[in-house]
Amino acid sequence: MNFNFHTNHRLLLISIFVGFLTLSLIIAVFPAKYVQDNNPPLRNKEFLSPEASQGLKVFVAEGCVACHTQQVRNIATDQVWGKRPSIPADFADNKRLGTWRSTPSLLGTERTGPDLTNVGSRQGEVWHYIHLYNPRAVVPESIMPSYPWLFKTKATAGPGDQVVNVPDGFKDKPEDVIVATQRAEHLVVYLNSLKQAEIPKISTPEFIEYDWMKKEDTPRPMSAVTESEVNQEEILLNSLGPKAYERQCQACHQANGEGIPGAFPPLKGSLIVLDKSPDQMINIILNGFDRPNEYGAMPALGPVLSNEQIAAIINFERNHWGNKAPKTTVAHVKEIRDKTATNQ
Amino acid sequence: MRTIIKFSLALLCLLGSGPLWAQATERQLTAEPGITGTLLLGALVLAVCIVLAIVKISAAFSAISKKEKTDERKELKHLIENLDEEELQALAGKSRTEFSLEGHELSGITVAKDEKGLIRQVENEVHSSPMVSRKKVAISKMNLNPAFSKLILAFIGSAAFWLIFGTLIGQYLGMKFVWPELDNVAWLSFGRLRPVHTNAVFWGWSSMAMLGLGHLVVSRTCNTAIYSLKAGWTALILINSSVAIGSLLLMNGVNNGGGEYREYIWPVTALFAAGLIICLWNFYQTIARRNTKEIYVSNWYILGACAWTLVLVTIAYLPFYQNGLGETIIQGYYMHQGVGMWFMTFTLGLVYYFLPQSLNKPIYSYSLGVLAFWTQMLFYTLIGTHHFVFSPIPWSLQTVAIVFSMGMLIPVIAGTTNFLLTFRGSWRKLKDSYVLPFLLVGIVFYFVGSAQGTMQAFRFTNVIWHFTDFNVAHSHMTMYGIIAFFLWGGIYYLVPRITGRAPKEVYVGAHFWMAFVGLIIYMFSMMIGGTLKGVSWLEGDSFIKSVTLMAPYWLWRAIGGTMMFLSHVIFCVNLWRMSQPVSEAPDLTDQLILKYEKKVLIS
Repeated sequence: MNFNFHTNHRLLLISIFVGFLTLSLIIAVFPAKYVQDNNPPLRNKEFLSPEASQGLKVFVAEGCVACHTQQVRNIATDQVWGKRPSIPADFADNKRLGTWRSTPSLLGTERTGPDLTNVGSRQGEVWHYIHLYNPRAVVPESIMPSYPWLFKTKATAGPGDQVVNVPDGFKDKPEDVIVATQRAEHLVVYLNSLKQAEIPKISTPEFIEYDWMKKEDTPRPMSAVTESEVNQEEILLNSLGPKAYERQCQACHQANGEGIPGAFPPLKGSLIVLDKSPDQMINIILNGFDRPNEYGAMPALGPVLSNEQIAAIINFERNHWGNKAPKTTVAHVKEIRDKTATNQ
Repeated sequence: MRTIIKFSLALLCLLGSGPLWAQATERQLTAEPGITGTLLLGALVLAVCIVLAIVKISAAFSAISKKEKTDERKELKHLIENLDEEELQALAGKSRTEFSLEGHELSGITVAKDEKGLIRQVENEVHSSPMVSRKKVAISKMNLNPAFSKLILAFIGSAAFWLIFGTLIGQYLGMKFVWPELDNVAWLSFGRLRPVHTNAVFWGWSSMAMLGLGHLVVSRTCNTAIYSLKAGWTALILINSSVAIGSLLLMNGVNNGGGEYREYIWPVTALFAAGLIICLWNFYQTIARRNTKEIYVSNWYILGACAWTLVLVTIAYLPFYQNGLGETIIQGYYMHQGVGMWFMTFTLGLVYYFLPQSLNKPIYSYSLGVLAFWTQMLFYTLIGTHHFVFSPIPWSLQTVAIVFSMGMLIPVIAGTTNFLLTFRGSWRKLKDSYVLPFLLVGIVFYFVGSAQGTMQAFRFTNVIWHFTDFNVAHSHMTMYGIIAFFLWGGIYYLVPRITGRAPKEVYVGAHFWMAFVGLIIYMFSMMIGGTLKGVSWLEGDSFIKSVTLMAPYWLWRAIGGTMMFLSHVIFCVNLWRMSQPVSEAPDLTDQLILKYEKKVLIS
């Protein structure tokens, strides 16, 4: 038998074939099988409803994964996308889409648009419809494609139609009625189902924050001699406010605080915002709010935002765009959060 | 904000303003090996571009001065010829004008023997255009079986079609970043077209060109005819139909699952795999019937690429271990090996043939090529997971991938050294044609793109660059800078030798420079923009800021992309010109040689 690779072509081909196959089994197939078999789904995670599963198919068909990730990495940068890093069990119920299609690659490799791990807790249904019809109707700087083929234009809405209140500048004629197709409805059900499930604290992985990642320009508390403690907090909240509003509220209520007619209420001049007592406002942010037939439902942001962020947002909204109302404190937000938690 | 300024400073350093370097290190970003290394690699590409430009420009200048000298001589000759008798006598004196030469004072009267046609074949062509470097005109045609030539040209022609199709779509997608409302047609939307672009340039352009050149390399290095022409045609049809059907399905929203490079559903990929099996069988049978004792190293790479890709595709599409995160592990493995085991391995095999051929000397070290082959198999296979650093897949798997990404430097340095040392002593040949510049740029990007990929796998660089447009820069440096440039080098070497018609050198030059400069604009805009995007996330800015800050870089990308696309149009013009039939007027030299040979045979 000739054991020389240079002259024995059969030996050469068999060796490179077997060598690569062995390495592949070790590095890919066995670990994949192990991870698949040893990570059952979380007990409190809701399985996709039949509508949401249909929505996932639309999500894959339209190639949304090209720009949107669904993974919260365990580094501090990703804290804005979820309360905890993603764990293998989060993905356990992600399975093959059918005979013709494989398991969808949801984790993604590009973040041209925001991460969607927790988008169901951030944005409401009404926002999704307008945003899918034309993203620039709610986020002027957005470069996401419009998906008009997921909607129908009608003269009048029929019974059971999901009407989308698109602002006038974004449809052909002001009198057009934009109605969601079933594919759009499924897609929005799917997006709304994307929520990070709670897991016991003990098994939650930590976010890694390397030394060089620590923020330099977070305002340090002033010394106690010159400023009182209340003022220290106020300065901190003042610096947090605009950023938190931009990240959390602006997509619906807009940068000018005027909202979108028929979809999102204005904050500028709003009676709730200008109310002397901030209690109702805190309550709405914590637990959401729905006044059907007038505006889209506001999602409950209690699980998403910290007390500091809520206080900062409230102080910002109450003293911006010409609004003028007394400020609140972190302690007060905490008090109301605790109270509503015990009520439930 | 401060970090952004520092990063911009660091990037300025890249462009040569050294003293700023020291100021930019407050956060030690540039002290990180991954970042410093990438900056140096970027500088290397620029340096090579500048050196090549200087070589080509100086060649053009020497052509101009040569032309001036010959013009001077011509003028003098003209002057002397037109002297009248009196002036001539005045110039030379009477006695000299009376003497006349017989014409055979030095040579004698016997006829010179020229058995090898050395004197008759001397070329005296003088190029008049100073913009075009002097090239060798006398390209000797390979004596290929015309049916085999046709097969190779069909492969290359299909590749050119998919190149135009795929990069036109890529160019259109790039414009959508600048004008998101370009159209509102479902099948032209970004999400659907993106995989059409990547898959068409992967499985259409690159694969077809590789297989076309591969058929020739296997047959030539085995010194025998290809085993089956029919098999070659079958593979050609299968793969073309796979890409065509796959593209149509993707545009209609039929997507396998969104995993990069496996967006075609399995029946479509099965067509590709069938084509690949046929090619592997055809190559193997040809190698088995070789007329050389040893299997040339090119064939190792080509056999390896075909066999590995078949394993890879099978693993990627089998469902038994792909629920939940199992899918992600397979995706990381697949998307990396798709590039590494198919495109990179196959193309390296081609370079081991075309580089020595076009330099007209053997490869520097055969053993180094074999070392690079085995280390390619070992290291490349293990590093797929570095596409998912910090993701929920097991930390240990991520670490293995990062460590072996360092190991990748071994085959890369072995390969690069081998190629550059083959070049050694023949650098002047760069001036003679564009085949070698294409190959050299491929070699440079082989080193730069791969080494930069290693640096990008580090955890530190992942924090900044992962998910950003930096990935897009990397994939174009590799799939375009390495693969496409190597393939063009091979095509420009081979096709004139098949058809007997060379393209106009000025058009080849236009193709080369537009592709090269376009790529440099493309990669730097995406690298700088991607870095700024990553830093913006690090600073905790709102997400939409990271979108708006990219606007100028996406515009530059569209500009670089346009240059790249136009260069492909020129490539097609060149290909068309090369494939035109040679004018039927019989070549005098050929006829003379034929006559001479007959005479010798008869006598």
